[in-house]
Amino acid sequence: MYKRWLWPGFAFPGVLWLILLFVVPFYVVVAVAFGTVDPILLQPVPIWNPLQWNVGWMIEVLHRFSPGGTFYGVAIRTLEYVAASLALCLLIGYPVAYYVARHAGRLKGLLLILIVLPLWISYMMRMLAWVNLLAPDGYVNRFLTYTHVLSQPRDWLGGQPSTVVFALVYGYIPYLILPLFAALDRIERSHLEAARDLGASPWSAFRHVTLPLSKTGILGGAVLITLPMFGDYYTPNIVSGAPKTSMIGNQIDLYFHGGPQPTIGAAITVLLAAFLTVLMAYYMWTIHRASRELPAV
Amino acid sequence: MTTVAQARPAGVSGWSRIWGWLRNPWGRPRFLVLVTWAYILWSIVPVLIAVQFSFNSTRSRTVWQGFSWRWYWGDPVDSVLHDPTLAHALIQSLKLATADVVIATPIGVLLALGLARWQGRGSRPSNFLMLFPLVTPEIVMGVSLLLVFSHIFMFIHTGTLAQILGHVTFSISYVVVIVRGRLFSIGRQYEEAAADLGASPTIALARVLFPLLTPAIIASAAVVFATSIDDFVISQWLSKGGVTDTVPILIYGATRAAPLPSTNAIATIMMVVTLVVVTLGFLAWRVLTRGERHGATAAEDFGAFNI
Repeated sequence: MYKRWLWPGFAFPGVLWLILLFVVPFYVVVAVAFGTVDPILLQPVPIWNPLQWNVGWMIEVLHRFSPGGTFYGVAIRTLEYVAASLALCLLIGYPVAYYVARHAGRLKGLLLILIVLPLWISYMMRMLAWVNLLAPDGYVNRFLTYTHVLSQPRDWLGGQPSTVVFALVYGYIPYLILPLFAALDRIERSHLEAARDLGASPWSAFRHVTLPLSKTGILGGAVLITLPMFGDYYTPNIVSGAPKTSMIGNQIDLYFHGGPQPTIGAAITVLLAAFLTVLMAYYMWTIHRASRELPAV
Repeated sequence: MTTVAQARPAGVSGWSRIWGWLRNPWGRPRFLVLVTWAYILWSIVPVLIAVQFSFNSTRSRTVWQGFSWRWYWGDPVDSVLHDPTLAHALIQSLKLATADVVIATPIGVLLALGLARWQGRGSRPSNFLMLFPLVTPEIVMGVSLLLVFSHIFMFIHTGTLAQILGHVTFSISYVVVIVRGRLFSIGRQYEEAAADLGASPTIALARVLFPLLTPAIIASAAVVFATSIDDFVISQWLSKGGVTDTVPILIYGATRAAPLPSTNAIATIMMVVTLVVVTLGFLAWRVLTRGERHGATAAEDFGAFNI
């Protein structure tokens, strides 16, 4: 009933916007990473034609990322921090999502609101809260010295890896709990009852029914929080600021905002994006396979 | 499970009593109750303490010395009202969020309609393209936009305009996801009914489909406002400093220097504004979709609102 051009016409402004301000800008990053540097002005000179790309900077950066290079430690640290934060998020988030989806009863609405609430509170506000609490004379130190867990206040904000991981968990966990909840909430109670009727213990019903059925939620949530964590630079800066806790995002930030070599920053950005694309492709492939394994659900 | 309810002998120790309470196999899983409430307290109480210290009467953000409005307007130099840096940041944040809502919402709504109904060549790549901003780390977008404004669109300098363009770029996809979800749940039968009753395509669109989409449009406007207010990375990469610094940039800077309670005060103001806008959006969604819910719970509604 509608004219043929109507729907593509509707999509046109949005698609054009995303091409001009998402696709083209990313191509500029690639062109800068494979470009040259003006010897006098020290400004990056992008090379637009892929056939003429200069791979020198990329090779240099890849070299720094290999064992023994200057970025190797940062890369390993980033992987460690993200892995540790993800593990802790799942450890805390899964029981919470499970309880709210399965057992909360009449409190379900209220608990959901309380769980969603942090998503609408600015990330910076939540980090500020912990900077206040973890200060040398803050509540955390006062509580720990009062209860004699610590004999004297600890410098939590002075470059502790544990504080950075803690802050990452605190910052990103709400984004994990929501997809977990959605996946767990969707599981039909009858599947579980069937498992129990067939003699499964609660634990084995969980292991063989609930856990596999929530796999897509676990993976989706994990991807949702790991992708931004890999690009995070502000969290380590806020709660630590020390070079020994800096992540890959801090390197990018440094090369653009502090250092004189945006070309290297652009090359790191391209590599980061490539790495995350691989991660994302793996996720899509897993989801695709899982949806084929479980056609009925 | 073979556990049998044990008769508790008198004089059982406190710990084993707690242990027994926790692993009681008959009632609700109490271990999970504890974890859930501990998590909720942990996620919210620190923020409430930060709000409390915005009302502190001294310069300390760690030692409570009594209630005052000093950091909101009482202090003639450092309060939110009187410190030009804070006041500017507040205005800049609200300016960006408003512009973002005004530009991203209509573009996103049209894009959602187009992508949901357009069958021809180009629709699949466009659908794919729309998903990318949702999964791209903000630092990658920040670097891209900074470089595009210094190498191709050189007539746009870092500052307010660049920030608005950046915010709209990451906001469009949120609008599309919310509106498209609504489009699928409406289906096509209402428009078809209108057409059968003699409505022209334009009338069917304007008088039938559009009113049905209104709740999703309002909800997505609220979400865009909230994400724009919350955004730090894009605003920072495209800021030229000074008056184009937003509230998150200011808080970020303050945490690394020696912040005053006025930082807590401005963060509290932003939080209240965001929560009010989101609550209004959610209420509008509830009221406008009333009567459509066949057994749907508030929880499912909430899920729909949040995507």
